[in-house]
Amino acid sequence: MAVLELKDVTFKYQLAKETILENISFSIEKGEFVALVGRNGVGKTTLCSIMRGLIPTFHTGTMSGQVLLNGLDIGEMSIGDLALHIGFVFQNPFVQVSGVKQTVFEEVAYGLENLGVKRSEIIRRVEEMLHQLNIEHLRSKHPMQLSGGQSQRVALASVLVMDPEILIIDEPTSQLDPQGTEEVFETIRLLKERKKTIILVEHKVDWVAEYADRVIVIDDKHIVKDASASEVFSDPMILETGNNLPQVALLALRLLELGKVDFNKIPTTLDEAVEQLKGRADNGGN
Amino acid sequence: MEAIKFEHVSFAYEHGFVAVDDISFNIQSGEKVAIIGQNGAGKTTTVKMMNGLLRPKSGEITVFGDDASKKTTATLSKKVGYVFQNPGDQIFNQTVYNEIAYSLKYLKMDKTEVERRVNSAAAMCYLSDELQTNPYDLPFSIRKFVTIASVVAMNVDVVILDEPTAGQDLLGLLHQKEIIEQLHQMGKTVVTISHDMEFVIDNFDRIIVMADKKIVGDANKREIFWDFELLDKAALKQPVVSQLAKRLELKRNIINIVDFVSEYEK
Ligand SMILES: Nc1ncnc2c1ncn2[C@@H]1O[C@H](COP(=O)(O)OP(=O)(O)OP(=O)(O)O)[C@@H](O)[C@H]1O
Ligand SMILES: Nc1ncnc2c1ncn2[C@@H]1O[C@H](COP(=O)(O)OP(=O)(O)O)[C@@H](O)[C@H]1O
Ligand SMILES: [Mg+2]
Ligand SMILES: [Mg+2]
Repeated sequence: MAVLELKDVTFKYQLAKETILENISFSIEKGEFVALVGRNGVGKTTLCSIMRGLIPTFHTGTMSGQVLLNGLDIGEMSIGDLALHIGFVFQNPFVQVSGVKQTVFEEVAYGLENLGVKRSEIIRRVEEMLHQLNIEHLRSKHPMQLSGGQSQRVALASVLVMDPEILIIDEPTSQLDPQGTEEVFETIRLLKERKKTIILVEHKVDWVAEYADRVIVIDDKHIVKDASASEVFSDPMILETGNNLPQVALLALRLLELGKVDFNKIPTTLDEAVEQLKGRADNGGN
Repeated sequence: MEAIKFEHVSFAYEHGFVAVDDISFNIQSGEKVAIIGQNGAGKTTTVKMMNGLLRPKSGEITVFGDDASKKTTATLSKKVGYVFQNPGDQIFNQTVYNEIAYSLKYLKMDKTEVERRVNSAAAMCYLSDELQTNPYDLPFSIRKFVTIASVVAMNVDVVILDEPTAGQDLLGLLHQKEIIEQLHQMGKTVVTISHDMEFVIDNFDRIIVMADKKIVGDANKREIFWDFELLDKAALKQPVVSQLAKRLELKRNIINIVDFVSEYEK
């Protein structure tokens, strides 16, 4: 059964002239890792709010259609109940700090504390999270005195430590250094192994192509493509939806255009590119 | 002429946390430089010292030949403009127009000149249609352009962009490329911090690498992105095209698609 299902969802913000999303339908299975891509302002964060049940209650507007969590209409669940199932990481890391805690360690522990989890269990889980996201050295720092990338890691840790069944993560790597970005994708991979369901909004398509099972592309209010990462990112049409293609795909398209190499499939991951180009450098173009 | 010169500069936040430890470099007037490196390395701290937003604990900073310690932040800011990493730290006016105009009005510039500057900065930053919008009603990605426009309108000699690429889509990156190119054409010095390696390679030649409070590399991009020890130290990675070239055992120093294609042609 689907963990999360959207049925023909259409939404318009209260004061807006036009709808922002129309006829959005998809269903996500337990343990799936789905990436949501689209140009800035297309409505990705809005869609995240819809899946979290914040729309139309918290952000007012007019919504039609249905959102089901484990088969139940989320319109009938309380925000508090929903928050136990769905963890959310904000797009803007500068806003996701509680403001009440004095150290990074306590900040990450905050949510668990509110749930009344045993202290020894809290310590174990926070330690594990600090280690996983490589922020152990920040444990005693003040949460408001971090660099941009450090704040973003702490924001992610504070949500992951809650261990929700579904994670909606809105651009979690925007401020991260390249190795930090890799660590986040590796963390998501581990979560997936533990059967967590992950919905990720992300512009870094090279990483999405390497890790995501499935990619949903939104353009001009609608889902314009919903397929495997490999299928989505080997299609040059994606460029017209305001998204980039992975570097290896761009390279392959360029080589193809120059008549240098034939590809049976446009590669979307580094391994695929290596496999397809290996040993062909000397007879390319003939 | 040297626009910015750092000599043995160190910085510590209150409570004594050392964020920058003995760094030296200089940037020529009209140069374009990227600063990259691990989270928490001290990049933001470093550039905030260029216009006096932060003051060094020790060492000397020279801005266009003047000792920065003898100048106020307000005076330095007329020459060196800093675009904050977090737009929320910079924006506090109710409309995009007022936000861009704020410093100009503060300097008591006359009305027509303010208007001219705001309009031209807005045009350059693709904000002409948003002048009456509240900056906080704009998506995060566009808000960044508001902060860039504010600095552009000041007509400073040195423009510092702190992670302008964060959260930008393809078009946003293209617009930023155009802005950087225009500033360069105008003879401005441009310093950009970014974690987007493809963007850095596409727009800059000289790259300063920071890790753990220090400058660990300062060289041309073709050297930087094939120096594995350096990349590892600074939590960086080669761009994907270089990784591919390496795995295919092609020539070293390939850093982008153009390089790759021309090497592959041989
Ligand atoms: N107000 C502050 N008080 C104390 N320490 C701080 C403060 N601001 C930053 N730091 C620390 O100083 C170090 C350097 O921070 P800085 O913001 O310069 O890093 P950065 O290189 O810009 O990182 P990022 O890529 O994540 O933006 C970090 O370890 C950070 O935790
Ligand atoms: N609370 C709101 N009220 C009215 N319009 C909004 C609100 N939040 C976002 N929008 C608008 O909805 C559109 C989609 O925004 P968003 O979902 O943040 O896009 P994305 O995450 O894809 O960049 C944008 O044009 C934005 O300005
Ligand atoms: Mg968004
Ligand atoms: Mg920074």
